[in-house]
Amino acid sequence: MSKDEKRFSRRDFLKTTGVATGGILGGSLLGGFIGYNFDQSPPATEPETAEHGEEASGGDNHHTGYLFFTKHSDRETIEAAMERIFPEDDLGPGAAALGAAYFLDGQLAGDYGSNTKEYMQGPFYEGSATQGYQSRLNRREYFTLGILKLNEVANEEHDADFRALEPEQMDEILTLFQEGEVDMGVPAHTATAPEFFGLLRTATLEGVYSDPIYRGNRGMEGWKMKNFPGHQMAYIEQIDDGEFHEIDPQSVAEGH
Amino acid sequence: MAETLDKVDVVTVGVGWTGGIVAAEAAKAGLSVVGLERGKNRGTEDYQHVHDEYRYAIRYELMQDTSKETITFRNTRDERALPMRRMGSFLLGENVGGAGTHWNGQTWRFLPYDFEIRSLTEERYGEDKLGDDKGYRWQDWGITYDELEPYFTQFDLTIGLAGEENPLGGSRSEPFPTPPMIETPMLKLFKDAANGMGLHAHMMPSANMTQQYTNPDGQTLQPCQYCAFCERFACEYDAKSSPETTVIPTALETGNFDIRTQANVVEVLTDEDDDSLVSGVRYIDTLSGEEFIQPADIVVLNSYVFNNYKLLRVSDIGEQYDPETEEGTLGRNYGYQTFGGARGFFDTQFNTFMGAGALGAGLDDYNGDEFDHSDLDFLHGGNIAVTQTGSRPIATNITRPDTPSWGAEFKKETIENYTRTIRVQGQCATTPHKDNYLDIDEDYTDAYGLPLVQLTYNFTDSDRVRTKYLADRCGEILEEMGANEIVVDEEIGDYDIVPYQSTHNTGGTVMGDDPETSVVNNWMQHWDRDNLFVVGAGNFPHNSGYNPTSTVGALAYRCAEGVITYSEDGGRLED
Repeated sequence: MSKDEKRFSRRDFLKTTGVATGGILGGSLLGGFIGYNFDQSPPATEPETAEHGEEASGGDNHHTGYLFFTKHSDRETIEAAMERIFPEDDLGPGAAALGAAYFLDGQLAGDYGSNTKEYMQGPFYEGSATQGYQSRLNRREYFTLGILKLNEVANEEHDADFRALEPEQMDEILTLFQEGEVDMGVPAHTATAPEFFGLLRTATLEGVYSDPIYRGNRGMEGWKMKNFPGHQMAYIEQIDDGEFHEIDPQSVAEGH
Repeated sequence: MAETLDKVDVVTVGVGWTGGIVAAEAAKAGLSVVGLERGKNRGTEDYQHVHDEYRYAIRYELMQDTSKETITFRNTRDERALPMRRMGSFLLGENVGGAGTHWNGQTWRFLPYDFEIRSLTEERYGEDKLGDDKGYRWQDWGITYDELEPYFTQFDLTIGLAGEENPLGGSRSEPFPTPPMIETPMLKLFKDAANGMGLHAHMMPSANMTQQYTNPDGQTLQPCQYCAFCERFACEYDAKSSPETTVIPTALETGNFDIRTQANVVEVLTDEDDDSLVSGVRYIDTLSGEEFIQPADIVVLNSYVFNNYKLLRVSDIGEQYDPETEEGTLGRNYGYQTFGGARGFFDTQFNTFMGAGALGAGLDDYNGDEFDHSDLDFLHGGNIAVTQTGSRPIATNITRPDTPSWGAEFKKETIENYTRTIRVQGQCATTPHKDNYLDIDEDYTDAYGLPLVQLTYNFTDSDRVRTKYLADRCGEILEEMGANEIVVDEEIGDYDIVPYQSTHNTGGTVMGDDPETSVVNNWMQHWDRDNLFVVGAGNFPHNSGYNPTSTVGALAYRCAEGVITYSEDGGRLED
């Protein structure tokens, strides 16, 4: 059975029964959303952030306007996916509360989004894995397509937009992307689902751990979880003393 | 129509380490020198906001703009080469200082064995060991370690090299100019374990300063503060020897050196009346788009491996290497490196976020021919080291092999492992192979309409076994270090241009004493053009198990001497 047939039969199944039993596309669905209400409207996804706390310090940038996204739902889709990649847990906040989606918004508006420093001349061909990125799309186009496909697959599987799904359902869909089980609707040399997933995963880690001047890593909470002190001028006094050091992080904007 | 400028004695194409060294020596000798640099000017004042992993290490702020120029790549000749659209495997430099601005400063001299690898291997193991029948092309460099030693020493003094005696390296005529870096707990653990096993671990030679140092040219460097932003960054404190803190100011202070930035050289011009000479270079001002001809008595190519090759090729100087017939020398013996190591997981937390680019300890017991290769299917080996260069959070997400690459478990493990693992790693030599070479691409061009360089490269069977052998040795050392759990690298697969490995590309314009197998003589003087010099890691007939900059620096000082000698007497320097 081809991948397309597989998905079609599953969509049919969902349409006719309204209930998923899992196991068709992967095992981890089972039990996760029996009885899930597909008409449920998207939950309020505005995350709790350090915005209102006392953590904000040098470099923190909590501006939440859009430089690239044109609607809340796109940011919420990315934010929901990023939160699954780097979830909130007992160690601390996840990608959503850390502002990773706002980080990406800013990046997509600039050199990163338009691949300014990358070789984008044709002709374009599908390469071998060892030849790397060969797409004609820049990252703005890639993410735009990716958001569309996240929602398409979410609707096919669960009759709801991606951001409205249960965490386990989101994981299931992200896994489909990661493993190349999603057809991006364009030739493979233009875009593939694993490459989109890779971009999203990398952007999440960048948003969580980059300096807060880029609008992610709010309150430097990403750094605090990992014990990375950010911008420090010197460790020469501590580096050989045999102690492990926990040092308050500092943004590169410190002292501006 | 290109405007022809006033003639100068020497023009350097590129102003990084080799361009800076040649410019400093030639200018000190009274020659007029122009340095043509395609990028912009920059210096320590530009590096005051550099502690930013995302901008510098992830988005490559200091590196080449690959929208303008890159290379194409394929593993084998039967594939279609495609552009390296973004950098990954290696990070090409740009702007004044070149890759010397964003290097770590790990400054090992290649071994005496390296320079005479063919002769010494044949002597010890017999000719069969060289693997000529497998396509391996080991060759002597046309120079010995002893002949290069004074130039190594000159480079050490210029950069104020910090280190301690390596019991297994080549002999040194002078002690290290400065004492070694601080032995941190991680490094002590490694050194004690290795030395307890009878190995010879010692502090790595470092171009990060350990005290204030004034070099013989009067340039002063400051003591390193271990801020942990070296590789991919530039030093905000003048504590890392780089071209713009040493040789470039030395050259400028003579009054005989001009740097012309935003000057992208597109052709080396052969003399119209005498095809054993060049007459200068043609370049494009990247701001105005205007073309200029810079005439010179001597032209020195000081760009990186790929562009030194490319300028010769597009200028039709020398004969392109053909892997079928093995005729031609330009482009042959392209080399790289592999990394075979192991990671140990510890309960103890280490200050992994502190560090310096060349803060490390290494050993050469499995490098060069320091160990018996009689029963091994490879030659050479690699330096094994632990470094503490400063782990940063975006790039450092260490998991065990079976952990998912995202999600809750990934988060937990990467945070936990950030300060609790140590990697012991062998930096392995690679075997030159007849099918690994540089050519020019027929389909893709750069921003100036010149073809891109086409790289055909894959690891050889001997590279795979060498790398695995080193990885296993690293695992043994980690056991001795008391790691709870050790993950040893699997055998390497095909060369992949995506993940970062090393900016230690070599070959393509190799040196030697035979024009049939080399592009330049041992003064880096081109065999076919007496007043053209080509210097850099492109001169290496094979890549060793070390970082290349010390050997590049030594070759650049020798080249500079050749340039000065040629300016006085002309002719062939090998005679």
